[in-house]
Parts: sequence; structure tokens; C-alpha cells
Amino acid sequence: MGAFALIGRFGGFGSRDAGNGVRGGDFQEAGDMAEAVFFWIFATILVGSAIAVIVARNPVHSVLFLILAFVCAAGLFMLMGAEFLAMILVVVYVGAVAVLFLFIVMLLDVDFARMKQGFVQYLPVGLLFSFVVGAELVWVVSGWAVSPKAAAAATPSGTISNTAALGLVLYTRYFYFFQAAGMILLTAMIGAIVITLQHKAGVKRQDIGAQVARTPETAVELRKVPSRVGI
Amino acid sequence: MHETALSLPVVLPEAVLALGTLLLVLYGALRGERAYSVVTEISVALLGIVFLIVVWKSRPMGITFYGAFADDPFTRFMSGLAVIGSLVTLLLSLDFMRSERIAGFEFPVLILLSTLGMLMLISANDFIALYLGLELMSLALYVIAAYRRHDLRATEAGLKYFVLGALSSGMLLYGASLIYGYSGSVNFNDVATAVHDHRSMGVLFGLVFVLSGLAFKISAVPFHMWTPDVYEGAPTPVTTFFASAPKIAAMAVLVRVAFTAFPGIAGDWRQILTFVSIASMALGAFAAIGQTNIKRLMAYSSIGHMGFALVGLAAGTVEGAQSVIVYMSIYVIMTLGTFAAILSMRRDGKAVETIADLAGLARTDSLMAFFLATMMFSLAGVPPLAGFFAKFYVFAAAIKADLYGLAIIGVLASAVGAYYYLRIVKLMYFDEPVRPFDRPDVIARSVLAVAATLVIVFLFAPSLLTNAAMAAAQTLF
Repeated sequence: MGAFALIGRFGGFGSRDAGNGVRGGDFQEAGDMAEAVFFWIFATILVGSAIAVIVARNPVHSVLFLILAFVCAAGLFMLMGAEFLAMILVVVYVGAVAVLFLFIVMLLDVDFARMKQGFVQYLPVGLLFSFVVGAELVWVVSGWAVSPKAAAAATPSGTISNTAALGLVLYTRYFYFFQAAGMILLTAMIGAIVITLQHKAGVKRQDIGAQVARTPETAVELRKVPSRVGI
Repeated sequence: MHETALSLPVVLPEAVLALGTLLLVLYGALRGERAYSVVTEISVALLGIVFLIVVWKSRPMGITFYGAFADDPFTRFMSGLAVIGSLVTLLLSLDFMRSERIAGFEFPVLILLSTLGMLMLISANDFIALYLGLELMSLALYVIAAYRRHDLRATEAGLKYFVLGALSSGMLLYGASLIYGYSGSVNFNDVATAVHDHRSMGVLFGLVFVLSGLAFKISAVPFHMWTPDVYEGAPTPVTTFFASAPKIAAMAVLVRVAFTAFPGIAGDWRQILTFVSIASMALGAFAAIGQTNIKRLMAYSSIGHMGFALVGLAAGTVEGAQSVIVYMSIYVIMTLGTFAAILSMRRDGKAVETIADLAGLARTDSLMAFFLATMMFSLAGVPPLAGFFAKFYVFAAAIKADLYGLAIIGVLASAVGAYYYLRIVKLMYFDEPVRPFDRPDVIARSVLAVAATLVIVFLFAPSLLTNAAMAAAQTLF
């Protein structure tokens, strides 16, 4: 239950007592049992599909496995009572980011065989880096005590759900940040248009005003067609 | 300091600027390409209004938005300076953008959005506000770096700046999250209280990452790599902008983070800043010597100047903070003046940017040569010009804080740096003239003249600036 204990310790989002997981092992109630079973199902599929993302030969399969990994991670969030994060993961990552990846993989003609050429050659360096980063993470996470104030701030009172708690502060306490984020998104939009929009001559565009102004009188002309002559 | 949940007068400059920008976007989108001149002129007026609101004395000060936003004399001084930088840049860009045929209404709009980000950055009193302000400012900068999108060098500059900027934002964010985790708050004042009691390894790690992220924005060594390429590749008005207003904002927030959030561990950040400062001064002095392109030269010059400004910050005293503010004020005047001269370097309607093009300018255009020489002497720190006093104040602050080594290295670096500034003066006055430049734009010429005049007359009334800077610096302590 080591992995579960770790996640239980850093979860702390939902209404469930964060200490629950740390105790580990002593799940007596059936609900806890079911939770453990689902945890192992989701966790196994998550790790398996994450590995499949990097070993799959077909890039489209990689993206599909990535989607599976996202959904499983969302399931794990649900188990910890973090329903808002689960929702965001599905809506944003599965719904938008993964679909974008699919588009890119299918539209761009990327030569994956050539990209994978140096894989074995660079593998030792990659492994070294991941080992160092992993060791640092273990060191940081296990060695230092997180300020109790931060831990308390991350755990809502337990009477309302995450989503409701976010909704209560987003437009009041964090109004300024919300507006600032809006300006940033506007800047990103203007920036994307400035850099990519091409005004080509001779392109037919939709003119909504002209469309709406059309009437049967101006759009349809009725003519008498003489037999065997045509117009 | 008076603290409120929501207070409109306190955030009036930001509110006016944001609303004005939105209206201009709407107007530009409806009018299309022809809107450039009108939008630019209204933008200049809008920035003028914002400047007046910023310096409006009877407007109440205070901390608002639950501690996220601080409006104090320091905010007002630095915001005013940043707005001036943006305003002058817009004025200088008018002629250039038209003659290079890249005039679109999006350019002034992006400058306004970036300025809004700067104001938010300068007034930030917690890490979320800092990050949002920084991103708003930088995102607009990435776009205008690549504004001449059919030009290979400009797109390269934009891409390079974007990738490295995203990396630095990531570092800053990582640092901020560590600081939050180990101090329990994102608010600068609460961080200061928490860190004072208990200084953990996590906070130190976070501090290093946050300082790295901010050092990238002021292009201090070792995070300066992007500066020469971006300065050279971007259109000249954009370079003018990069060298002036964003530097003010990033330096202001660096000063605020250092003094407001981490006064308890001043010994630690002073060490880091001392190293960054020495490295920047040395690189700025030596790497600029071999440059032939004047925009590249100014890039190295700005790296060096950031190093000098950091000397004051490394002192860690109220005089140090004052000297940083004075340095940045004088720096922005010198930079805007010098770039006004660079923008006037046009032959047959095309911009030229090599230093050799300035040869013999004294004989073809003696007035411009005189003004530019004044700028160069001031940048080099030759008395009795303003640039000398700027350096004098930071070194005096360093010596008062017993940083003799730093002050000596600084003086040596400015002596080396004087070589390449004076080489330009020699080129203008003693070399054979090449063909004269086109008739200069009236705006560029007047900006250059005003900057040169300010640099000269600073000698007679230094207390006007130093007193205001002192009042601003004292709010941080």
C-alpha cells in the first residue's frame, strides 16, 4: 500500500481525512476496500498506458494511450475527492490537448523513424537525467517539512465540494487574478492573429450583412423558358 | 499601509489602461488596417492620461485585492517611468513602422497590453500577481519581437525570445511554488514573516529560481544569451521598447521581492546578486568591444548597465534601493535618447545599423553628432553628465555597505566599457564622412534633444530626482 499511502498524504483535497491513507492497510469498511480496488485498477492501467505511449510504434496509438492515461489519472483524482481536477483533466487534456495532438500527428508528415534514430544512443544520458530528477524529487518530498499553513490552505473545510469552494472565491477574492488572466488570453489571441493571419487578395469571404439583406426578389429571377430554345 | 478588499482609486491607472486598450482593440478590429495612425495617436494620449493618474498626488494609496496589489510611492515612481518608456517608444515607432510598411493597429495595442502587464508587475505584492503581470508583459513582447514576420531575423528573434522566456517563466513559477510550500503564503509580507522565523532549504531553492526568472527579464548574466540576437533581429522601435520599459518593470519587481519578501535572508540574496552583478558588468564591458552592429552594441551595453544597477541592490540598504531607482531613471533617459538617434540612421529610405555608418557624422549633421556624443559620454559615465552620477550613487551605496570589491570591479568595468562608447564619438568627429543620412524625423530628433538636455542639466538639480527616489525607496523598508 506504499503508493497509496504516498498519494493519500499529498492528496488532501477532498472531504476525506488525509490521515486515512497514511495509516495504510487497515481498511475495514467495504467502501475503503472498493476504493483500494479502484485505485489499483486505475493505477495499473495508468502506468501501463504511460509506458505504451512511448513504446507504441504508431504515433496515433501513442496519442490514444495518452488519452487513456489522462482518463485513468482523472479516475485517481476522483478517488481522492478532487472532482474539479478530474473534470479539468478530462475537459482540457482529453477534450482539447489530446485532440490537438491527434490533429498534429495526422496532419504533419513527421518522420518518426528518423526521430527515433538516436534513441539508443541517447538512452544512457536520458536515464541519467531521469534518475537525477527522480532522486531529487524523492529527496525534496521526503526530506523537508511543508509549512503547516500551506497544507491547511490546501484542504477546504470539508463541508463543500472543491468546485463550490473554487466558485466562491474565484470571482470575489481572486477577482483581480481572474481579470489579469483574461487580459493574458486576449494578448495570446491577438498575438496568434498578428503572427499567422495572411490577407490574400481574391479570397471570397462571407459577408453576413449582404446575406441577410438578400430577399427573394433580388436573389431569384423567374423567366419564361421557351421550349427547344433554352436561355 | 491602508489595506482594503477592493478599492477602485488605488487601481485606477490599470483600470483606465485596460479599458482603453479593449476599446482600441474593438475600434481597430472594425476599421482594419487603416486604423494604425489613429490607434497609435490615441494610445499615446491614453498613456499620457495613465501617467497623469499614476503621479496624481491626492489619489489614495494602499494595498488592495486582499494583499495582492500594492500602490505606494515606489509603485508610482517606477510605474511612471515605465509608462514614459512606452509612450516615447510609441512616438518613435510612428515614422519607422510606416516607412517599413509594417504598420498595423495591433502594434500599439500590444505595446499597451505589455505596459498594462508592467504596471501589474510593479504593483504586485504577491507571487500570483507577479507571475500574471510578468506573463502579460512578456507575451506581448514575444509577439512584437516577431512583428516583422516575413523577415527571417525577426522571426528568429521572436522564437528565441519566446522559448527562453517560457523556460524562465517555468523556473520562476517553480521557485514561487517552492516558496509557497515552505512559507505557507504567496503574499510578500507573509512570506517575509514566515521566512524570518524559519529559513528552510526549500525557501532558499525557491529564492534562487525566482531570482533566475527575474534575472532573465532584465537580461543579467548568466541569463543574457537571448539579448544580442533579439535586439538585433527585432525592428528598431521594438528594440527601443525592450531596452527601456520592461527593464524598469522587471528591476522594480526584483527590488520589491528582495526587500519586501526576503528581508530576513538578505545575506543570501545579496551573495547571488553580487555574483550576477559582477558577471553582467564584466560581460557588458568586454563583449561589446568587438561589435559592429549598433543595436548589438546597445544590447551588451544594457547588460552592463543592469549589472551596475544591481550593485545598488546588492548593497541591500535604503541608499542602495534609492541608487537603483536613480540608476534606472537615468538609464531609461539615456536609452531612449540613443535609440532615437539609431532610428534616425536612415539612408535612401532604408534603415542602416552598423557603427561604421556613423563615421564623420559631425560634418554632415553636427547637431545630431553633438547630441549622440552627449549620450555616449553619459552612457560611459563621464562627469559631469547624468550617467556619471548614476554610477556614483550605486558605487557609494556599495561602499557604505562595505562591498569594496564590488565597487572596485564596477569602476574597472566602466573604465573598460568607456572604450567602445568613446570609439563611437571618435568615429563621428575624426573619421572621413560617408554619405549623409536622410532628413531625420522631427519626433526622433526632439526625443534625442530632450534626452541630451536632461542628461546635461541633471548636474544642476540632482536633488529633484534623488529626493523622489529616496521617498520611493523608503516605502520598501
